[in-house]
Amino acid sequence: MIGAVCKAAGSLQYKTGTWRDNRPEVTDKCNGCGICETFCPDSCITIENKKCIIDYDYCKGCGICANECVRKAIVMREERK
Amino acid sequence: MVLAERENLLAAGHRACPGCGAAIALRQILRALGRDTIVVSATGCVETFTSPYGMSAWEVPWIHSLFENSASVASGVHAALEFLREKSSVVVISGDGGTFDIGMGAMSGMFERKQNITYICYDNEAYMNTGVQGSSATPYGSSTTTTPAGKASFGKIQPKKDMPAIALAHDVDYVATASIAYPQDLMKKVAKTKEIYGPKYIQVHTPCTIGWGFDSSKTVEVGKLAVETGLVPIYEVEKGKPMVVKKVKNKKPVEEYLRFQTRFRHLLKEEQKDIANQIQAICDKNIERFGI
Repeated sequence: MIGAVCKAAGSLQYKTGTWRDNRPEVTDKCNGCGICETFCPDSCITIENKKCIIDYDYCKGCGICANECVRKAIVMREERK
Repeated sequence: MVLAERENLLAAGHRACPGCGAAIALRQILRALGRDTIVVSATGCVETFTSPYGMSAWEVPWIHSLFENSASVASGVHAALEFLREKSSVVVISGDGGTFDIGMGAMSGMFERKQNITYICYDNEAYMNTGVQGSSATPYGSSTTTTPAGKASFGKIQPKKDMPAIALAHDVDYVATASIAYPQDLMKKVAKTKEIYGPKYIQVHTPCTIGWGFDSSKTVEVGKLAVETGLVPIYEVEKGKPMVVKKVKNKKPVEEYLRFQTRFRHLLKEEQKDIANQIQAICDKNIERFGI
């Protein structure tokens, strides 16, 4: 049997942000409720000082945050690289 | 039980598809479990997208062995912990293929041994990482690559296997179903397993954007619809206590759920009307049976 061990959170070296073609942008309406953070599949939203902050290095642009935001504070913009 | 606020134990950079329901489930489950956890995974989407060599997304100890034996591996981990007199939650996180089909025997054995292990199945209703082959968790009428809808077929001809009922038949201490669309409910149920000694089973409904065919931003919306139509009942059964069911005030017709997804869209044609009606009948039966 072959076994292999590797360190925790090594995935951080792989920047999934390059997959994105729509970019979520946070507007002033955000009050930091955290719904987007709960539903973000990619662990790239943090709440700081009652505002949501998106880590564009890892955001894949799925759009769940914009779709679930109660205040419609996140808008998706097309992004061309 | 107070949940650790916003603790994130699944690192960014994992390779799930954009809008993955299983990744949402994973984050919520790990948040409820906390750091003192050992996770065993069967082969499946979660195993694949979290563990390219050297790039593990896990921030808790995690082990993968084969498709069929995740429950047996967990039993071994549990036995080793007992021998060392150490305490840690041992949790299996497997997909519906590894639970309903391939790993069912090993899971049954684990339930029989009455070990203190939580078995969590993320149910995306087909073998997604190999290209959407039907499993016994695939619902009636759903089109997959092995149950394709077309002139000769309307999709899967068998109904979905009732796995929580099979778990209950083992007389396990705690059985629950949950959905990623209701994160507080899911996290509460997962946190509860830490306080019950014995085998536990939780089945989490996790929509899959590629396999089910909907836009990546709609994952949570589809999950909500599944519950609101009555197709996916959310309940918990704790040994010696009455069943608690999540009630739905304004039930929606199942057509709204079917319309959302390409795997069901063929059922909206006039000639497939009876199949859609039969799926509505499954919802109605659930609503009556569980008192949703």
